[in-house]
Amino acid sequence: MEVPSVNSPSAIVEMRKISIEFPGVKALDEVDFRLLPGEVHALMGQNGAGKSTLIKALTGVYDIDSGEIVIDGSPRRLNGTADAQRAGVAVVYQEINLCTNLSIGENVMLGHEVRGRLGINWRATHRAARTALAKLGLEHLDPRRPLSSLSLAMQQLVAISRATVTKSTVLILDEPTSSLDASEVEQLFAVIRRLRDEGVAILFVSHFLEQVFAISDRITVLRDGRTEGEYLIGDLDRTSLISKMIGKELAALRSLDEVARASRADHTDDPVLAATGLGRRGAIAPTDVQVYRGEIVGIAGLLGSGRTELARLLSGADRSDSGSVQLKGRTVVLGSPLAGLTHRIAYSTENRRDEGIIGDLTVRENVILAVQARRGWMHPIPRHEQTAMAEKYIAELGIRPTNPETPIKNLSGGNQQKVLLGRWLATEPELLILDEPTRGIDIGAKAEIQAVVIELSDAGVSVVFISSEIDEVVRLSDRVAILKDRRKIDEIEVGPDTTTATVVAIIAREGAA
Amino acid sequence: MSGETTESTGRVARMLRHPHIWRVGAVIALLCINVIKDPSYLSISYSSSSGAFVGNLIDIAKASAPILMVAIGMCLVIATGGIDLSVGSFMAVSGAVAMEFLQDRSAGSVGATIGALLLALAVCLALGALNGVLIAYVGLQPFITTLVMMLAGRGLAKVITSGQNTSAVNDGYRWIANGRVLGLPVVFLIAVAVALLVGAVIRRTALGLMIEALGINPEASRLAGVKRRALLITVYSVSALLAGIGGIFLTGTVMTVDVSQTGYQLELDAILAVVIGGTSLAGGKFSLMGAAIGALLIATLDKTVVFLGVPSSATPAFKAVVIIVLYLVQSPRVRMWLSRRRSPAGVAA
Repeated sequence: MEVPSVNSPSAIVEMRKISIEFPGVKALDEVDFRLLPGEVHALMGQNGAGKSTLIKALTGVYDIDSGEIVIDGSPRRLNGTADAQRAGVAVVYQEINLCTNLSIGENVMLGHEVRGRLGINWRATHRAARTALAKLGLEHLDPRRPLSSLSLAMQQLVAISRATVTKSTVLILDEPTSSLDASEVEQLFAVIRRLRDEGVAILFVSHFLEQVFAISDRITVLRDGRTEGEYLIGDLDRTSLISKMIGKELAALRSLDEVARASRADHTDDPVLAATGLGRRGAIAPTDVQVYRGEIVGIAGLLGSGRTELARLLSGADRSDSGSVQLKGRTVVLGSPLAGLTHRIAYSTENRRDEGIIGDLTVRENVILAVQARRGWMHPIPRHEQTAMAEKYIAELGIRPTNPETPIKNLSGGNQQKVLLGRWLATEPELLILDEPTRGIDIGAKAEIQAVVIELSDAGVSVVFISSEIDEVVRLSDRVAILKDRRKIDEIEVGPDTTTATVVAIIAREGAA
Repeated sequence: MSGETTESTGRVARMLRHPHIWRVGAVIALLCINVIKDPSYLSISYSSSSGAFVGNLIDIAKASAPILMVAIGMCLVIATGGIDLSVGSFMAVSGAVAMEFLQDRSAGSVGATIGALLLALAVCLALGALNGVLIAYVGLQPFITTLVMMLAGRGLAKVITSGQNTSAVNDGYRWIANGRVLGLPVVFLIAVAVALLVGAVIRRTALGLMIEALGINPEASRLAGVKRRALLITVYSVSALLAGIGGIFLTGTVMTVDVSQTGYQLELDAILAVVIGGTSLAGGKFSLMGAAIGALLIATLDKTVVFLGVPSSATPAFKAVVIIVLYLVQSPRVRMWLSRRRSPAGVAA
């Protein structure tokens, strides 16, 4: 395949010296970026490097403070997403922005319905939708069925075919594969390649390195809001890409792997938490779980296996309708998250945006919230102690920016996750339940969070660690509970020979039986 | 340009960017309009016969007291992401309870005054708690719940007074609305004191933080241990209690409760005051100071309309126009648009 030359003058999108500043954060600092027709271009960088901001500048969500955006040869001022769409830029986000209550065809054609003399001609509209879907190899979808009947992966493909209807010349895919399985990813890539061959410029953002190398032609790396460089895919190997993203050599990351994880679990005492027959109808079948002091218990399982549901019962976020929980031998009722906190159980949700951060509040206020809630409103934490608490976790967890008075919504995803980790650590938990603490964040922040988990366990804190990346669970945990179809199917001690394959084999075997 | 002047213009620019400046500016602008009509508008004289200051500003201060009360309560409710449409009716309930209680009691009895106040406020507190329980535990929407309570409250006031406008005579009760301390109206002093007290409790404890957290992201707040239900019951109770105080102010002036007119549509004034004060109806970050200035602005506006002799039929329209203009000036989008239009000229200069 012919790779477009780096000096190709025919860029469809050229962003020159783009700067965007938020209160307290310089999100983009004179960033240059170009996109050529007929290529898949990966935008890489850690959380907070400016990927999302750059995309939002190109799609008209954010106003740029300075710089120039040239699309198809003419300079554009993008005021809002409608301007970007008119300029031929379409975007498919991680969280799909379609209307699940409309039909597939209505979603594909929304705003471009075929009109007859009596208003919208639905028959022709659905026919056009079918054509658009067929172009991407989706002719088996009935445009009249509701979108909600499709899997997330299929919805994503529908979102892409919508982009073809709007005659877009630039298609932005922001983390399109984060909730897809391997075969769905392959299907998506087939569609991407088909569009690329038709001359569409595709901007691909993903945290999965292998996928980036599988699909991209060129890579632009951002770091700390600046352009680090633009590379042909053949000129970079994985190691050098990662070190360009994090701006340092990989020694720090590797050392983590070399830590021989001898189990620190202390089985001499009563378990910190022992759940017996704990369950909730429709969420998770009655389950037994024990967590000892200083132990890291992993919960592995596929999406929808009941991982999160179990974590919510263990923390008091949801009420159980069967079973009981004993904390250090004492039976307790975890009727609310506050009850969990009072018993020194902290639960960090998988849904950072909707259930984690309080967007308009500052980093300081987000950190202290849980501690303050446990103390009660009558006993406010003095301001200087609040600041000290926030600054402590900003330093320990390496949160950027370092100003505790920055609104948390202005932080990148990885930094928001660290602030939330700080919120739970501030409550000095004996049991910390982390649900997908490393999802959607970059490799550097991920390694840092994993290191914190190990430190905590060394300090005697018990951790329940949930992740959809099974190798991460296996690497960190002393013991792994394996869930499938909303019940616990097995529990294994992690030894030197335990690998992802061990866990996958258990999940697969159970299915065959 | 010397460094000193840039620094001072920077300070001025920063001050101009503070939103309260625009709100206070609007009050002053309204007063200026009145001064243009009558240059002596702002003059305050001391009447030695009654031992009181008299003047238009004093009248405005008096008129703003009940609005201030409901606006403060409304601000807290709105910050949680709710709304309280029932406060106007609760003012009537408060007045009705007090008037009915005082009707057969002697004018000089201080005990009767205290009894009337406590009873009126207790009834309002109970109604507010009911609002809170319906919203927090039953899970009804604040809009619907308080809309029903708005109708129910007026109905209750009518039942209490048997549908009649009820008057009473009681010196203590009357003093609250019409009395003077150090020449200033008692009603204004009480209102300011109550507002300061609420503000201190909210900001000196962690209540303010929790209310904001709840308004911004209820589920995240719950998971962080914030007691949603207790907070909701608290804010709706406080709102109703403050409405009760406002109802006492309103009825004390004339010593009559007009069950269909007392507090009529005052919930709308309160919502406007809160919104003018910079608190978003979506909940979250709130400004009690802004709501207080908003209340003052609405009182000033009401008095201005009368003073200018705007025909009563045109009064609502006039009020609406002023509020829309003020709201537009505050909108970040409009301000950005204005400054963008100004900036080329600035560069040329």
